[in-house]
Amino acid sequence: MRTWLALAWVVVKELYRRKDFYVLFVLTALITLLSGSVTFFEDTRMVRYLREVTLLLIWVAALVIAVVTAARQIPAERESRTIFPLLAKPVTRGQVVLGKFFGVWLATGLALVMFYGFYLLVGVWQAAPGSLALGLQALWLHWVMLAVVIAMAILGSLLFSAPSVNSTVCLVVVGGILLVAGHLNTLAAAQPGWAGSLLYGLYFALPHLELFDVRDLMIHEHAPVAVGPFLVATLYAAVYAALLLLVAWWVFRRKALST
Amino acid sequence: MKPAVPSGVEPILKTEHLRVVYPPSRRGEAPKVAVKDLTLEVQQGEVFGFLGPNGAGKTTTMNVLLGFLTPTSGEAYLFGVNVRDPIARQRIGYLPELTYYYKFLTAEEILRFYARLFGLSRLEADRRIDQLLKLVELEHARNRLLKHYSKGMQQRVGLAQALINDPDLLILDEPTSGLDPLGRMKVREIIQRLKNEGKTVFFSSHELGEVETVCDRVAIVHRGELKIVGRVDDLVRSHQANLEQVFLRIIGYPTCLAA
Repeated sequence: MRTWLALAWVVVKELYRRKDFYVLFVLTALITLLSGSVTFFEDTRMVRYLREVTLLLIWVAALVIAVVTAARQIPAERESRTIFPLLAKPVTRGQVVLGKFFGVWLATGLALVMFYGFYLLVGVWQAAPGSLALGLQALWLHWVMLAVVIAMAILGSLLFSAPSVNSTVCLVVVGGILLVAGHLNTLAAAQPGWAGSLLYGLYFALPHLELFDVRDLMIHEHAPVAVGPFLVATLYAAVYAALLLLVAWWVFRRKALST
Repeated sequence: MKPAVPSGVEPILKTEHLRVVYPPSRRGEAPKVAVKDLTLEVQQGEVFGFLGPNGAGKTTTMNVLLGFLTPTSGEAYLFGVNVRDPIARQRIGYLPELTYYYKFLTAEEILRFYARLFGLSRLEADRRIDQLLKLVELEHARNRLLKHYSKGMQQRVGLAQALINDPDLLILDEPTSGLDPLGRMKVREIIQRLKNEGKTVFFSSHELGEVETVCDRVAIVHRGELKIVGRVDDLVRSHQANLEQVFLRIIGYPTCLAA
């Protein structure tokens, strides 16, 4: 545990010393502030619209931070050759994968806390804070969903040669899952033969990231999610992230590294 | 005359019939045999030079010893532990030929990071970091980011990180390449100091004058094969020539051309 914590610390340090993270945060904060500066209370539809826009921005920014940061971790180590002094220490490749994963996940979590904290503060300032419990649930579910995305990007970084290709593929896949995965069973039912079976296969194999999206509940001020489904969702994400990391470790273990 | 391979003592470093074959990079090409049946032993307290022309298989052998590469056949051991086990690297220090470290960290941070990977306590890490920064004369720049370091300074950080765990075996890949005369002298001093402390040093170098000065024994490899292994003074005496001439004769280069 000490090893992957040390590795995670380096990832977090890198993220907060790089400028791209601040750019995304400032951009999102500016738009959030802009939306917060509009008078909400006379028109509830406007409040909902602005909440929707702000939460969408938070989702996009968090997704970009998670995917781009995770996708470059191991390729950057190999490209800059820092992987060699690292693996010459008593560190396994599994620990490298885990350390990188936890580092990016922690760093993304910190970014999410800032984003959601800012969103809630602006809400309080505008006297339309919404439910704090639901806000915390949304933050947690968003974060565990990103664990699956980060694990996917780390696996991708071991399969694709260029981080940019991996980032693009990951963003397209995650976007596709968020938009389409929930409807695959309906599509499968309408397809005869092997096409239907294939769609059913995909429906059951893909991680349903859309289940972690509770933005609508926040926008329309619904009650928080019940504890049971909340815990099941957390477990569901943990299982998928673990499976993806296991495959990543297996791929990395078989990779020959040559100085 | 002392024996070339001292017997009766457990070697610190051992390879047994090591063979590494790289798969062909293009269809139709033959696989490249980088190391052929290499059997070697290095005893405690020795400074051992691993010599050979470019492409001889030195780096490949080091890659196997450090666990970066799995041999096609044969085994390698450090302190009697198979190099496939990361524990084998607990008591070693490694300085790669080209030193690239996390440029967004300071010298102190990077040493602390590596100290944590070795499981050093905070107190012990503090003590070692102070000691090593003094040794490599970087105390004044300990809080400066590595991206602002010169090449020579980065090489010295490399040397410090290789010594962070007070290793019993130091593996150096071309430790003086790219260093100015002062830097070379510093490296020689450190090797000598380690030797006096009873540490084992295994290093590759093209600087044969330097090897002759600091090494107890050398091995010369050529085209993946071990050509000769023995004490430096014995080789020099038996060939009636300096180490450079011995080296050239062994790899089949006409020494009259070299002269």
